Amino acid sequence: MNSTARIATIFRREFAAYFTSPLAGIFLVIYLFMSAVLTFQMGGLYERGQADLRPFFQVQPWLDLFLVPALSMRLWAEDRRTGTIELLLTLPFSVRDLVLGKFLAAWAFACVALALTAPLWITVAWLGSPDHGTILVGYIASALMAGAFLAIGAFLSAFTKNQVIAFVLSGVACFLLMVIGFPMLLDFVSGWLPRTAVEAIAAMSVMTHFESMMRGVLDGRDVLYFVSVTAAFLFLNGIVVEWKKAE
Amino acid sequence: MKELIVARGLRKSFGSFEAVRGIDLIVPAGQVLGFLGPNGAGKSTTMRMLTGFLEPTEGTVTLNGIQLADDPIAAKRTFGYLPEGAPAYGDMRVEEFLNFVARSRGYTGAEARARVDRSIERLHLEPYRRQLVETLSKGYKRRTGLAQAILHDPPILVLDEPTDGLDPNQKHEVRELIRRLGDDRAVVLSTHILEEVEAVCTRAVIISEGRVVFDGTPKALDAKAAANVTSNRLDHVFRMLTTSDIGGASRTKAASQ
Ligand SMILES: Nc1ncnc2c1ncn2[C@@H]1O[C@H](COP(=O)(O)OP(=O)(O)O)[C@@H](O)[C@H]1O
Ligand SMILES: [Mg+2]
Repeated sequence: MNSTARIATIFRREFAAYFTSPLAGIFLVIYLFMSAVLTFQMGGLYERGQADLRPFFQVQPWLDLFLVPALSMRLWAEDRRTGTIELLLTLPFSVRDLVLGKFLAAWAFACVALALTAPLWITVAWLGSPDHGTILVGYIASALMAGAFLAIGAFLSAFTKNQVIAFVLSGVACFLLMVIGFPMLLDFVSGWLPRTAVEAIAAMSVMTHFESMMRGVLDGRDVLYFVSVTAAFLFLNGIVVEWKKAE
Repeated sequence: MKELIVARGLRKSFGSFEAVRGIDLIVPAGQVLGFLGPNGAGKSTTMRMLTGFLEPTEGTVTLNGIQLADDPIAAKRTFGYLPEGAPAYGDMRVEEFLNFVARSRGYTGAEARARVDRSIERLHLEPYRRQLVETLSKGYKRRTGLAQAILHDPPILVLDEPTDGLDPNQKHEVRELIRRLGDDRAVVLSTHILEEVEAVCTRAVIISEGRVVFDGTPKALDAKAAANVTSNRLDHVFRMLTTSDIGGASRTKAASQ
């Protein structure tokens, strides 16, 4: 059996696991509800008299802060708590198969959640004539951002047997990766840090790249940023699994 | 007979604590090896090294001719493993869980179904096949773990306390199964029930504090008991070999030589 088939086996198991407990479903409903409410109410879709999904995308990072940890928290913590990690690691899988299978299952669930917001897109298309290219890039950016956050969440889930701890750690880590790009914080540190350092900090933040993509331009550097963060944390995830597996 | 498990010089340290201190184990096909020892002796740690869950601090493991460190995935196909406590996915039904294991072992479609059915039949799990694993009693959970381990008919079986939590009837059935499986396979099972060794094993290895203190047939183990010990003879030998209050001094001397 090749690596793709092995990853697919793990993917199927992990994706199905989201439907055996009501938890993921509850988070999904909350996510969809909040997306709609925040887009129409807070975002002022009607008041601005402009048909686009900018408000919807603006709230995505914030919604990810609770949806993503809810999806990633169980990935490793649960296997470590119940001991099934020993089963997985003694079946003919490599750690890489497990890391990728689990990550892809969580990411697929997040992408399904995102796809279920399509009625919002249809609504703005019906209300006016939005720039569909910008919206498409917005969706791609949201999916990439969720992927990066999920990789971080999966990585942190491997440190603990407790899903609640994994949830909190992931939420905090993703929040930190967001705030380091806030103008407020960057203005604050620019007083005593050299310009290049401030720019480096900004370049590390998801917000910088997410907002850049929200302008509707598919810039290779932004895509590369999300892909690199995801790959780096998945790599680290494998190392932590090996390190913590027997504890 | 073909040597299916060849473990040499296994050592495992956790920080500064050395749990396994140099164990050699060569198990040919047709042998059922009973791995005995008091709690904390290093049985599970050794089995985890045999199955590649833990990397040995020192030593090598070769399974059916494949060195575990060289090709872990190929080596992992050669054995079925029941980890301590028989971990399984609680949110799956018995047949779903076994189907997951079948897929993990590369079976699909009709072949996967046939494998799952046969495993369910061999462990008498038919009435429970649609039950969620988390709702199974301890004994049936252990049987599900065994069903998972034998699903692909591996030449090697590593079973960590396979009869723990089973009632006397279930124990009897599982021992019968293991004995049958052991006809043409290498089986290593850990236990702290001495009668189990007499009932199913062709070889007994006792470890204490990470070292082998006895390696021989169950009969030879029995013979070590003094002639005047008439009841629980094996228990007596076990205590003699693994504690310091009876005959411990001579063991320490023997081990340090
Ligand atoms: N992951 C671990 N970290 C630290 N110590 C461990 C770990 N696993 C086992 N040990 C220790 O190693 C010793 C042997 O444990 P184990 O192999 O489980 O014994 P047995 O299965 O014979 O009861 C025990 O003292 C145990 O506490
Ligand atoms: Mg044990």
